[in-house]
Amino acid sequence: MVALQTQTKTEILVRVENLRMLYPVATGVFARARSFIHAVDDISFDINRGEIFGLIGESGCGKTTTGKLLVRLITPTSGHIYMRVAQDPSTDSQGEQFVDIATLEGRALKAFRRNVQMIFQDPYESLNPRMTIFDIVSEPLSIHGIGSIYEREERVAELLSLVGLTPPESFLFRYPHELSGGQRQRVAIARAMILNPSFIVADEPTSMLDVSIRTGVMNLMLDLREEFGISYLYITHDLAVARYMCDRIAVMYLGKIVELGPTEEVIQNPLHPYTRALISAVPIPDPTVERQPIEIKGGVSKPIDPPPRCRFYERCPIATERCAHSDHPPLEDKGNGHFAACYEI
Amino acid sequence: MTTSTSYPVLQVEHLTMHYTTRKGVVKAVEDVSFSLNKGEALGLVGESGCGKTSVALTILRLLPENAQFLGGHVYFFRDGSDEAHVRRALGKPVKILLNGREHQGRLLEVNRAQLVLETQLNGRSQQIKLGRSDITHLGVDLTALSDEEMRPIRWKGISMIFQAAMNSLNPVYKVGDQLIEAIQTHMPLSLPEARERVAQLFQLVGLDRQLMDRYPHEYSGGMKQRAVIAMALACDPDIIIADEPTTALDVIVQDKILREMRQIQKKLNMSMIYISHDIAVIAEVADRVGVMYAGSLVEFGPSEPIFKSPIHPYTKALMSAFPSIKGEKVKLTALPGEPPDLIKPPSGCRFHPRCPYATEICEREVPQFIEHKPNQYAACWNPLT
Amino acid sequence: MQRARVTFEPTQALWRVRLQLLWRGLKSTWAMFAESKIGLTGLGIIIFFILLWMLWPIYPWLMERLAWTPEELEAARNAPYGAISSIYQVYDPVTGYDPLIPLEENREGNILPPSRRHPLGTDQYGRDILAQLMASTGSEFTLGVLAALITVFIGTCIGAITAYYGGFVDTFFMRLADVFILFPLVSFLIVLGSMMELTLLKLALILGILFGFGQITIILKSQALAIKVKPYIEAAKVAGGGHFHVIFRHIIPNMLPLSFLYMMFNVTSAIFSEAALSFFGLLPGARTTWGIMIDSAHSGGYILGGRSFEYWWLWVPPGVAITLLCSAFYLVGRGLDEVVNPRLRKR
Repeated sequence: MVALQTQTKTEILVRVENLRMLYPVATGVFARARSFIHAVDDISFDINRGEIFGLIGESGCGKTTTGKLLVRLITPTSGHIYMRVAQDPSTDSQGEQFVDIATLEGRALKAFRRNVQMIFQDPYESLNPRMTIFDIVSEPLSIHGIGSIYEREERVAELLSLVGLTPPESFLFRYPHELSGGQRQRVAIARAMILNPSFIVADEPTSMLDVSIRTGVMNLMLDLREEFGISYLYITHDLAVARYMCDRIAVMYLGKIVELGPTEEVIQNPLHPYTRALISAVPIPDPTVERQPIEIKGGVSKPIDPPPRCRFYERCPIATERCAHSDHPPLEDKGNGHFAACYEI
Repeated sequence: MTTSTSYPVLQVEHLTMHYTTRKGVVKAVEDVSFSLNKGEALGLVGESGCGKTSVALTILRLLPENAQFLGGHVYFFRDGSDEAHVRRALGKPVKILLNGREHQGRLLEVNRAQLVLETQLNGRSQQIKLGRSDITHLGVDLTALSDEEMRPIRWKGISMIFQAAMNSLNPVYKVGDQLIEAIQTHMPLSLPEARERVAQLFQLVGLDRQLMDRYPHEYSGGMKQRAVIAMALACDPDIIIADEPTTALDVIVQDKILREMRQIQKKLNMSMIYISHDIAVIAEVADRVGVMYAGSLVEFGPSEPIFKSPIHPYTKALMSAFPSIKGEKVKLTALPGEPPDLIKPPSGCRFHPRCPYATEICEREVPQFIEHKPNQYAACWNPLT
Repeated sequence: MQRARVTFEPTQALWRVRLQLLWRGLKSTWAMFAESKIGLTGLGIIIFFILLWMLWPIYPWLMERLAWTPEELEAARNAPYGAISSIYQVYDPVTGYDPLIPLEENREGNILPPSRRHPLGTDQYGRDILAQLMASTGSEFTLGVLAALITVFIGTCIGAITAYYGGFVDTFFMRLADVFILFPLVSFLIVLGSMMELTLLKLALILGILFGFGQITIILKSQALAIKVKPYIEAAKVAGGGHFHVIFRHIIPNMLPLSFLYMMFNVTSAIFSEAALSFFGLLPGARTTWGIMIDSAHSGGYILGGRSFEYWWLWVPPGVAITLLCSAFYLVGRGLDEVVNPRLRKR
């Protein structure tokens, strides 16, 4: 049993290869789209079993799109998403298959959905206001036709107490608007957990919550990881939260991953100039610390048909001739599993 | 900033304001007192719904119809030579700082040489006369002003950057024109003068003056926020209240804007009140910090001791609930429970149901807001040392 | 991880819980609605007409006891022309007549101003106006509500489906909506009425369909579009919910408040349309409606020139009834609007 656990520790659960998502830009009602927004542009990474993998970046960098691709809310333009999918939920990890879920359709897609779930940013909008908590949490069960109504009720109650909504009876038949933000997000987590997924995409799950509530939700997610070995893709713009939650993080800029590595390593020793600027801009809750900001030029643009060179070139403080005339740099290992996409490191 | 030269521009005393709603009376602001000094940046921090925005709205008297102002004073200080200010104060409760002494009372009479003040002493009213030229700090109680008298105070005296104000720019007018119009309604300037003023303001907040002739949709989020800041600066206010000025912005832009706001504040020696839920932002910008919880101010003092050795357990909980990218990675402790419903707030200290240090008295009586350490005030029965 | 394992036992049957929830929801909706004076006024008028409708079967019985003297009854039973065997013959809305009218001061035909036995007078055939008014109330309600139900059912389903699928489906139904909006309703009904007998149910169906594919589809579609982009729709998809599930479990339930609101407004349009059609004489005369009452007064030549005020009881009661009932549903709609759109509420 111990051997199995150490073995599963480094098992790859999700492998993303050359994933791309291009959105056509409407130029007119009848015109065919000629320009594309490169929302996610050729990214690759692995997520291990039981790992919390952070996706960091400013708004519009493609992190949410990546999350939606991984749960197949949208279908990628190209690329592969391999995931260990349990063919039959009753079997253990031995019965799993490594499947490319990027192109699944119909029945196979629905079967795959039992393995992944998503937690959304806004707990006020991600729960249907016309459904009771019981209906919301048990919806995945009823969609997949699992259990009788009484079994579902028992399972929902179990999940509600698992996420700290006790006693569950007092929550079962209330409506979302009767709960506070933190309680709602716990309901969303209970719902995500009900099918025993192996992988959860959490899109800024705590950014709308108040500080005193937020910690509880973050700790709950960490506890659930410990107890059930769930992997998360944790999407956030907040580096401090990412540092607290994630084992490894990837920094995205205009649809590209510019840096990837163990969280502490990336935050203490950032390599890419964008990551450095990002980290230097994070305010520190300590009035005695004076931060030295790294100035970068301009603001984030939209990745509409970007020129074939480093995406960060226009704003980069260390850009050279080479950067201007080469393709976007590849993500290279700079040691210790720390990857960066920059020619000048 | 040294304490010897600092003097207040705003003193808020025992401010209380409730909202009447369908479900009951929301006790949104309960006995809030603090002061703001000249050239100082004050941070008001607290969770959503703790009343921090309501405090600002009460100060500016921009309350919605269902708000009930229940008491308290807001003294707004200006120089005694400011004729409009003195005239405004006539017949109103005032505070006068003179040679280190504070005189409080009603301003009865103003003439060229002196001010006549009616004060209460040992239950008897008496009149004192103060030399006009000595008065450098005359504070008038804004809560006693009429709406008409209040109008010039907003913008010129105290201006406010509202939360999500950058979304309130009108999309069909050029940004520069919107600022010009706002300036002309408050100051008697001709069009070229107003235009020049806007150009200066744009320069001050780090916007290119070419951008005056652009429309809001051509601006990025950070640029819009700068334009909004420029608008708040337009009439040279003594005080700016910034409500969550950078909340919707990305971290790099937030950093730039905060730096610029601090620079402008230093340069113009302005007083600022930052309102935010983000203690990291407050730690960066504020000289003094007020921590609000459930409608009351629980702790107030210079920012360093507040962050390093908080007195109130809530302040401490807030600090330890916040992750940082610096220092040791520690397991954060979550505060139990939820912020209270302000319609039925807990008895005694409003924090007691969630407080790890709560004792029996906390449930019964409201703690006094007193000075526990030098300059560090808190309302707590079991202060931390 | 510190937590108590709770053994959970369902305390009550699920359907009972659901009923309780429904009841609670209704109560809170009522509490909000009750704050709207406009809405309450409308509801009051509707209740008044429902009472009128329910009183109709006992109206002749009541009149026999309250208005008719034994002598008059006796005289009516033995009248030389058209002696009645039952009081119901007097107050029948289509074939009724008062056998005593020829004995009284007779103005023009059998027409009689409001009097004791005929509180709103009679028409030129001697039929009691109030009886006709009451007898018509039921059909007005049925027609209005039925047509509105059909309209809103179509509008909600098509709105949800077009919003959800977009693309070709959207284009098709939107162009269809354009056609229905521009449809020459009255001319169409005139032609239709000449081809077939338009019963009340048929008319309700036709009006329901004509309104349903038109304006309301566009309005409800825009609402559905706003719902479609909510994260809970995405959450349902991630959970594996198919198109059918998302549309009927998530989109439509969230449209229902607005649908119900528009239903109220549509009752108004249906009743108006019916009145207009009856006035043009396009509905079979084997029964009465308020529109037919005005029409018969008009075709009898009683609302021409200066005579319309002389014979006001012929057209004022049905006219007022139409106006009142239509405004009542509109007012209830306005009241509901404040419930559905919290921004309209005062606090």
